Amino acid sequence: MHTIATGNRGVAEAVREAKPGVIAAYPITPQTEIVELIAQFVAGGTMAGTYIPVESEHSAMAACIGASAAGVRTFTATSSQGLLYMHEMLHWAAGARLPVVMANVNRAVAPPWNVWADHTDSLSQRDTGWLQVYVATAQEAYDTTLMAFRIAEHEEVLLPVMVNLDGFVLSHTMQPLETTPAGDFIPPLHLPHAIDTSQPAGYGPLTGPEYYYTFRWEMERSMRDARQVIREVEEAFYQKFGRRYGPSEEYRMEDAEVAIVAMGTLGREAQVAVDRLRGEGIPAGALRLRWFRPFPRLDLAGREVVVIDRDYSFGFGGVLARSLQATTPCEPYSVIAGLGGQEVTYADIAGFVRQRRPGDEYWFGVDAGV
Amino acid sequence: MAEIPKEEFLLPTTSACAGCSSSLCLRYILKASGPDTVLVIPACCTSVIQGMYPKTAFQVPVYNIAFAAAASCASGMSAAFRALGRKTKVIVYAGDGGTVDIGLQALSGAFERETDFLYICYDNEAYGNTGMQRSGATPVGARTTTTPGGKTHPKKDIELIVEAHRPPYLATACSAYPTDLFQKVKKALAIPGASFIHILAPCPTGWKFPPGKTIEVGKLAVKTGMWVLYEREYGRLAISAPSKGAMTRPLPLTDYLSTQGRFAGITPEQVQELEGEIARRRERLLREVE
Repeated sequence: MHTIATGNRGVAEAVREAKPGVIAAYPITPQTEIVELIAQFVAGGTMAGTYIPVESEHSAMAACIGASAAGVRTFTATSSQGLLYMHEMLHWAAGARLPVVMANVNRAVAPPWNVWADHTDSLSQRDTGWLQVYVATAQEAYDTTLMAFRIAEHEEVLLPVMVNLDGFVLSHTMQPLETTPAGDFIPPLHLPHAIDTSQPAGYGPLTGPEYYYTFRWEMERSMRDARQVIREVEEAFYQKFGRRYGPSEEYRMEDAEVAIVAMGTLGREAQVAVDRLRGEGIPAGALRLRWFRPFPRLDLAGREVVVIDRDYSFGFGGVLARSLQATTPCEPYSVIAGLGGQEVTYADIAGFVRQRRPGDEYWFGVDAGV
Repeated sequence: MAEIPKEEFLLPTTSACAGCSSSLCLRYILKASGPDTVLVIPACCTSVIQGMYPKTAFQVPVYNIAFAAAASCASGMSAAFRALGRKTKVIVYAGDGGTVDIGLQALSGAFERETDFLYICYDNEAYGNTGMQRSGATPVGARTTTTPGGKTHPKKDIELIVEAHRPPYLATACSAYPTDLFQKVKKALAIPGASFIHILAPCPTGWKFPPGKTIEVGKLAVKTGMWVLYEREYGRLAISAPSKGAMTRPLPLTDYLSTQGRFAGITPEQVQELEGEIARRRERLLREVE
């Protein structure tokens, strides 16, 4: 069905298609529409799951953990402070190997209060063992949420997945959305370690130094295997629905000598900047990174790289720029732009490329342009 | 009176301290609930009692969860079992710190939402598993490792807090009266919705009394009125048999306090304060049953 919908509705419609047994959520701007829609679907009988209106985000994730451990598909959504409040339970969900799916509507971290787009909330959760994906359109939010369940629940993954979408610029803007019955795209959940009272076991008990690291290694092995599973699920999705994304979306990269790397909506804005730069004779291309965990293996050899970070790791640098530098030989021009919803246009992005100085860091709006 | 099953769900020789009242409680709780039960435990002494991976001391699944999250984890689990059409009983078994302090928000939310589960707080009046630091449930005058001069604030009344949520079943128990505990667990599990049982669990290690005296100390708590055994079914109060004597003829409080090293430095004023608390609670409960 073709509609016009917000990014938030895209997520909620996909969750309805995925038919989770338990949804536990707490409201927070700008995510609230997702939980409101799901509550309405459940109340209206178009969705069969149990909606648990918890009293905090810490409890939202704890309830998802309890439900998932019992072998039921679960979903929650949050943003910013809510995600930070969940932090302890994010580690728990991943360590307990539970395929919880969560939408995080990216929003800045306080203080000062700011409800607009920023990736520091989710990027500061990058070591929790969650897969992380960043989307850029309402359609992609819908499609990726559907794929997230199948990836998380895959027997070689069994790790939680966080689908990230930019606050307001994506969560609240209306875009075309095609929804289709998911049919058998997501197979029934089979959790091999679901609680079974006829096979009593201890879950997460005290584990000594002689065993603990083996569980951590198992998580990393699954995170590595997830790269192949993501490719397979994206291909299966393409076969069924005709839309393809991949670990990252490349735009005019074949002959590009300068690559603009970004995540989320700024990654789409960069494509417009590429067209403008090409018109000026600058052979630019754009690479919008979708999956941040597991981090992709990118080949940027022989290209200049301009990375836009809508986040910051204090005392270190832009998280995306530094992650890229650590995983592929490159000397990025690191641009810090769009924090807390700071307006960044394609013209601004084209300007970042024109003024690039490999190895430098540039704070948009703070440092003087070149 | 229901016959107590011989079957054990807590295996013998656990890593509990000698004289641990909590292991006794666990045996009777699981006898009452039977095998189709999941125990959800936050960080607490039971995290130790269950043993270390790859072994477990329990014959039922035990789900370990973060300190603040027992009640909310159980909320999700209970909803999931019901969604699967299963009647599996979900029992939170949490210490006093995990209940009256760090777990209070999740507890309140789960009771407000009328979660179908049983929440049991075993109260040894301190953070036992970390070496006896003060909790909100530590009574006035008790020495802990973080109240070396004795606690100056009164014990938080968790029963009144839970009662404010109007649960269908709320009861107190004490490890010294395991049959009473068994019957209360049976009753709590038979009533749909969120039930609460608050158990006084004397702790020889933390309270500083010989491990052989666990039952005696528990009985003195009840006989002096320091701990009152009662139940509320849909709000209606009934004093349990072991407490009836203490409602009219309590033993002197010092009979209880003098059994424990933790009260060695209690001041006469603090004893009076405790006696005042006991008298006020007794009067309140008696007024209600009359």
